Amino acid sequence: MAEQDTLRLGIDVGGTNTDAVIVDADGKVVAKTKIPTTPDVTRGISEAIGVVLDAVDDKTRISRVMLGTTHATNAVIERRGLGRVACIRVGGPATHSIPPLAMWPDDLRSTVSVAETIIDGGAEFDGRDQVPLDEAALLAFLDGLDETPDSYAVTSVFAPVADIHERRVVELIREKMGASVTISASSHIGSLGLLERENATVLNSALTNVAHQIIDGLRNACAEHGLEARQLFAQNDGSLMSVDQVLAQPVLTIGSGPANSLRGASALSGLTDAIVVDVGGTSTDVAVIANGFPRESTVPVEIGGVETNFRMPDLLAIGLGGGSRVREGEGSVRVGPDSVGYRLDREALVFGGHTATFSDAAVRSGRAGFGSVAADGLSRDVATRALALADEMVADAIDRMKLSPEPIPVVLVGGGSVLLSDSISGASKVIRPEDADVANAIGAALAPISAQIDELFEVGVDGREAAVEAAKQKVMDLTVAQGADPEDVHVVAVEEMTLAYMKGDHLRIRAKAAGRLD
Amino acid sequence: MLLGENEIGHLALGAAVFGGGGGGDPHIGEIMARLAVRRYGPVELVDLESLDDGELIVPCAMVGAPTVMVEKFPAGDEGGRIIAAIEKAMGRKAAALTSAELGGLNGVLPIAWAAHAGIPVVDCDLMARAFPELQMTTASLAGIPISPVAVTDERTNTIVFETIDSPWAETLVRSTVGAFGGSASMGIYPMTVAQARIGAISGSLSRAIEVGRVMSEVSADPVDALCEQLDGYRLISGKVVDVERRSDGGFARGSAVVDGTGRDTGRLVRFEFQNENLAALEDGKVVASVPDIITAVDVHTGHPITTENLRYGQRVSVMAMPCDPFWRSPEALAIVGPRVFGYEFDYETVESIHG
Repeated sequence: MAEQDTLRLGIDVGGTNTDAVIVDADGKVVAKTKIPTTPDVTRGISEAIGVVLDAVDDKTRISRVMLGTTHATNAVIERRGLGRVACIRVGGPATHSIPPLAMWPDDLRSTVSVAETIIDGGAEFDGRDQVPLDEAALLAFLDGLDETPDSYAVTSVFAPVADIHERRVVELIREKMGASVTISASSHIGSLGLLERENATVLNSALTNVAHQIIDGLRNACAEHGLEARQLFAQNDGSLMSVDQVLAQPVLTIGSGPANSLRGASALSGLTDAIVVDVGGTSTDVAVIANGFPRESTVPVEIGGVETNFRMPDLLAIGLGGGSRVREGEGSVRVGPDSVGYRLDREALVFGGHTATFSDAAVRSGRAGFGSVAADGLSRDVATRALALADEMVADAIDRMKLSPEPIPVVLVGGGSVLLSDSISGASKVIRPEDADVANAIGAALAPISAQIDELFEVGVDGREAAVEAAKQKVMDLTVAQGADPEDVHVVAVEEMTLAYMKGDHLRIRAKAAGRLD
Repeated sequence: MLLGENEIGHLALGAAVFGGGGGGDPHIGEIMARLAVRRYGPVELVDLESLDDGELIVPCAMVGAPTVMVEKFPAGDEGGRIIAAIEKAMGRKAAALTSAELGGLNGVLPIAWAAHAGIPVVDCDLMARAFPELQMTTASLAGIPISPVAVTDERTNTIVFETIDSPWAETLVRSTVGAFGGSASMGIYPMTVAQARIGAISGSLSRAIEVGRVMSEVSADPVDALCEQLDGYRLISGKVVDVERRSDGGFARGSAVVDGTGRDTGRLVRFEFQNENLAALEDGKVVASVPDIITAVDVHTGHPITTENLRYGQRVSVMAMPCDPFWRSPEALAIVGPRVFGYEFDYETVESIHG
């Protein structure tokens, strides 16, 4: 079949709703649906697929099915369905001052951990061995386990630079415990920063069973509908993973929801650089699309009480939403941060309730038109001032997220976006894309394949630029290895940091590349 | 005073204020210290005044690249090894250790080492702020020898240097740090209590703890409270509109511009840094400079911002506060004044500029 005739099916399983869309080769939405999320993975996905498939004459045109889901996030937050993990750190005699999982919440630690150990080994920043690997200590630890773990998590010091010891430990575990045991190795999971990478690696191990559920859920749902399309999964940076990758790195599906929403907003607006403002009932999320990807947070992301360092969209949430309460007092007007939330359709004045909200202010002053009754209980003056204040809050949040003073396009999504003005201070233009209600599923459907590195590179005689070129080539090769079209693969971000206190010689480079699926 | 987890949390915050943007992120040091007191019990913080003249104390710090320290952090027993090496070199027992530098990581880390070694921490340090080089200490000014210097790594390799002066110690420690893998732990300027009375800044740790306590009680922008407590001045409140960085001789140099908001609308203040913040300028005029302490505080989190974490769009209040009077003599300014850092102007105290 010609490429232009193929369709993609994107599904996003959120906490409340499951969205599905079918998009054509030009990214145009052919069908969409939104149904309540079900506890049983397969059933919700299958229902959503069923609805959108009705709009397609020939389902063999669907070449790929992409799933983004909050299953992994919820499993960690709710401590549900997590596997039991043996945690092995290769870093002694250094790092004993902070043992593995020492800062985890007690309930999560006891749910997940079978046992923890630090064995001697690991590398230096320049790739030398820190000390020889203590293989005997590893074998003694494995012998001493009084429970068979579901999986093993291995984190070696400076593994992102040199993972020889990490790989050897993986090999030894397989030799001793069986070739089929599940093992997570930190160099595949996170970047520099031992504690955060170790935490992410252990969570990854604990999510093995959840990964199987997600994969089986999609596979079964596709089988029910006779879909033979290739199955892919959304990850937290807004790109896709293969089935094998999800099995190896389920932790990377955490945070795929916001990333999908941002990618969807980018695709729907046709903009690769913009601010995306998602207005909900209680809060408004402001985030940045740069080069078509969500800008990543630079601070460690906490999930379920555990600090990790994996790639999450940089989101700024402010306490302003459709249900935010409007109050008047002492000559001033306040909006939020408290909200009537999901009770908006009962408690807001325009729905016959008794609480003045941001929605009421917008209706009262004529900016929006919805509801069943007039919002007369709110004076026109207070409504106007409440809107002015809300506009200022949004403009301020946008300004905080911008990286330069120049005006930038702003894309409005989310149910509450009708409450915002068309002229926002700091915005070069304001765009309200169609189909924004299913932006997450569209983002999943249109996502590219990507890869990322965060490593120390030696600056040789050819200088800094040669090191950066080497890093770019490495990350593009990795992206092609993941399945990207070699003709389309390109570097989307490069960041270099010198090592303070070290004279020259080494440069820490973070780079990411992406490309269309081959 | 006993240092438990509460005091450690306050000390980490306070040390970040005195660190003036430098000293590295205290996070790892804070976790180490919290875990150490959970395991070995709280650490005793003793007044310099309560100790006998003849007792020996050892100022300690970690030295190296912050990127290495977050990946290969210490074993935890470095304090004991540093003390043992210094005791052997000097042929006498040490009574306590203390922080060499009251900034970021090094402000809290010695608490972890003291808990592990089961010895007290003396309420003093050698800077009452952070500085980038080993000779920039009050001890050096007071003529106290930096040596013997004990440098140790996680493998328990330990080197004791007997150097002719502190710049030589700086050179040798730096090359040792490279060989050890980018970070190391050290004891420097071992001194008697009598020497410390003139060559260390007494009370600096408890002062930092008090500063952190006050900050933890203020919900958002703590700068007014800090200025009142530390006789400081709010230079500007606004938004970071430009951050420029370059690497220069192994140091992270750069500058940031803050565009005033609210009552500061229309004003621009630029501050420059080399690991620590060095000078703040407005309309071409110096409004604060090293050795006075310049600290930018994130008004949303209430936490001081280290220079490596500065970025466009942050809402900050920038404050300047007087350094310890120790740093204001002509001799002191010859090793830590603006000209040492490449500036063409002489130091003027922050009080005289704003008073």
